[in-house]
Amino acid sequence: MTAAVNRRGFLKAGAATAGGLLVSFYLPEESKISAAMTSAKLNAFVHVSPDDTVTLFIHKAEMGQGTVTSLSMLLAEELECDWSKIHTEFPGVSSEYGPYQGVFGSQSIRTSWMPLRKAGATAREMLIQAAAQQWNVDKSRCRAEKSWIVNSDSGARLSYGSLADAASKVAPPTNITLKDPAQFRLIGKPTKRLDTAEKVNGSATFGLDVRLPGMLHAVVERSPVFGGKVASFDASKSKTIPGVKDVIQISNGVAVIAENTWSAMEGRRVLKVTWDEGAIASISSTGISKNFADYSERPGAVARKDGDAASALQTASKKVETVYETPFLAHAPMEPLNCVAHVHADTCEIWASTQGQSAAREEGVRITGFPPEKVKVYTEFMGGGFGRRARGDYVAEAVEVSKAIGAPVQVTWSREDDLQQDFYRPAAYGRFTAGLDADGWPTALSARLICSPFGGLSNGVSRTGVEGVVDLLYSVPNILVDYHALDPGIPVSYWRSVGYSQNTFFLESFIDEIAKAGGKDPLELRLRLLQNAPRLKAVLELAANKAGWGKPLPAGHGRGISVVNNIGSFTAQVAEASLDGGKLRVHRVVCAVDCGYVVNPSGIDQQIRSGIVFGLSALKGGITIDRGRVQQQNFHQYDVLRMEEMPKVEVHLLATRNSPGGIGEASTPGIVPAVANAIFAATGKRIRRLPVSAEELA
Amino acid sequence: MASVKFTLNGKSQIVDAVPAMPLLWVLRDQLGLTGTKFGCGMSLCGACTVHINGQPVRSCVTPISSVAGKTVVTIEGLSANASHPIQKAWVEQDVPQCGYCQSGQIMTASALLAKTAHPSDADIDEAMHGNICRCGTYDMIRSAIHRAAEIARTEGGRR
Repeated sequence: MTAAVNRRGFLKAGAATAGGLLVSFYLPEESKISAAMTSAKLNAFVHVSPDDTVTLFIHKAEMGQGTVTSLSMLLAEELECDWSKIHTEFPGVSSEYGPYQGVFGSQSIRTSWMPLRKAGATAREMLIQAAAQQWNVDKSRCRAEKSWIVNSDSGARLSYGSLADAASKVAPPTNITLKDPAQFRLIGKPTKRLDTAEKVNGSATFGLDVRLPGMLHAVVERSPVFGGKVASFDASKSKTIPGVKDVIQISNGVAVIAENTWSAMEGRRVLKVTWDEGAIASISSTGISKNFADYSERPGAVARKDGDAASALQTASKKVETVYETPFLAHAPMEPLNCVAHVHADTCEIWASTQGQSAAREEGVRITGFPPEKVKVYTEFMGGGFGRRARGDYVAEAVEVSKAIGAPVQVTWSREDDLQQDFYRPAAYGRFTAGLDADGWPTALSARLICSPFGGLSNGVSRTGVEGVVDLLYSVPNILVDYHALDPGIPVSYWRSVGYSQNTFFLESFIDEIAKAGGKDPLELRLRLLQNAPRLKAVLELAANKAGWGKPLPAGHGRGISVVNNIGSFTAQVAEASLDGGKLRVHRVVCAVDCGYVVNPSGIDQQIRSGIVFGLSALKGGITIDRGRVQQQNFHQYDVLRMEEMPKVEVHLLATRNSPGGIGEASTPGIVPAVANAIFAATGKRIRRLPVSAEELA
Repeated sequence: MASVKFTLNGKSQIVDAVPAMPLLWVLRDQLGLTGTKFGCGMSLCGACTVHINGQPVRSCVTPISSVAGKTVVTIEGLSANASHPIQKAWVEQDVPQCGYCQSGQIMTASALLAKTAHPSDADIDEAMHGNICRCGTYDMIRSAIHRAAEIARTEGGRR
């Protein structure tokens, strides 16, 4: 495979742009300093040291999804370096790494698949060229092999380290040949994570673990009602708490600054703030639900129209109509939000566990007024993100506090802050109607979806509000999808799998309701309707086969099935569940996935399991609003999946040669309807509202 | 302020702190041992688990004054070179994803193994119930605890 290298674009290579050395602001370890000061930069992603250490610069971020490992595999595959001698670092924000740095939308592999392989191959060709010059042979007589360049004629070998300096001065090749996938020795092979060792001995540095000389700690009291403003505050008691240094108003509330986190929290506990609560103070979840129901009676903005669903419904032999509702959901990553900032006279440094390095820098620029090149972002490990850490609000707070006090400061969120000051998955509502013919097959499907929009409206439709339904792959001749934007003012944003998370629950539950009404088996109905969706049909058949669909189950158990096509991947799940003394139990989940070309099968296995657990928590927890305030404070009120509830999970990969799809959000949408459908199969009780309530199952 | 003396990771330690200050924040902010994590502050998630006199304890609700004279072990002091069977099994089975909860998971699991050499699935459910993992590594944790029991037995046999 030959690929042109755009020298002004994504890849910059060679000494002309490199200057040879990499100097980073924040280098806490001696080893890093020596490696960085002596390594030769072959391009933005690859440095080689004289001791043969290859440093790979991972321009994305790591929140558990395995990006450090999988992106290193892409680089190392083409670079032909010794996997045991690689070292990874997160670089700063730079246009060398694309227009907007961050990790969201399960895009890391999809957007890096070609660029990082090209970067690795370019560096490899530069090392080959340097060796060819040294041996005075044509480069066609040289090959790269496990961090050595081998002379095919003489058998002589030169190490990458010995060639690094010369290679950094070679003009980067204008066209490069990528490896034939048949020759891959890393890509496609189960590969252990590179970050495990430091995550089992406490040495991994997450954002909350950043410690700087002279660093102060702060917590922020924010309005209990969304959009509220500080009217006045009394910090006299706060200032009597040992360790409290200062209490200041910032744009988002009142910051208590102290020598340590505990003192800051104690200072905040006795802080008195009077709030102008604003317009949201009258909002409640019951009111939002009532509005949902009212809106669902009226036509919304049309998002998809195939044929004439209204007429087909009128002439249908049988009609099925039902409504579904889901709550606001918090992200609740295990590492509470936090950020360290140090605003100097004319520069700003930000240490953040963030999904959005570019967003973090933009916040630094906005608050300091410094030019972007004066704002440095250091990417730390994230203790989970799930979409929450793509926002820059928590970075802005730290920059604002540091700017005000002129010292490095760490702003730490409590779990209560995390649950009560989130940008939530929107609460949502769906009214679904289907018409069936005399044989029980659907001829019309109408879906009305209602939720808070974010990311803008197009002809009245929010993409994230309708995804998962508007793009359904079922062959039904008459389809109408319409949408109401109903914004009660509660902040909403991306939550792992976004609109698919609720809309797949709605759609895949409803497909089961259609099957029931038409007297069809849920698998049989889906297979018939997916005749024109071969990749989805293939994973459906694989999951059903591996799960033993139709085979006998223990008394009281039922199987449910679901499919989804999101983030460029295709997933089918079969869940086995029961009601055990009124308590929902999920016993087994079989998940089949086609995510196109597989980079790290181990990573995919981890992410499928992870997405399933994240989805299962959505059966249990919900955020509710009363008088504009979130009612849940901590994990005792926002329940998530725990050890004893973990089902047996089997992951089956359908390896295809399609372009890689995403994986981090692939399994989250499908698990909830698979379980709901399994409970229906087991008990005849249909779950239409989340979180699952004891009353609904009674 | 009070001066509190205790044993930390095998060494004598004296700290000056407000008596009510939780051990978690003494470890993280005063002693720079950041391997023990803050997750909830209410003993609800297990991220802050350490061993006190060999028992798994939530350091976020443990006043420093209550630690006087006791023996505290954190993730940093669990073993030299991550050689504890739990850590070995964690590495062998690639358990962590984001990794943030894993210090607490490892400290709870290692306390379980110290008490019960061959824990059953029910033992694991009971011991690990209070440790939340949002990445969903529960099944890997379960299999790694079983594996660690095997490693411990093999190592015990060599001694």
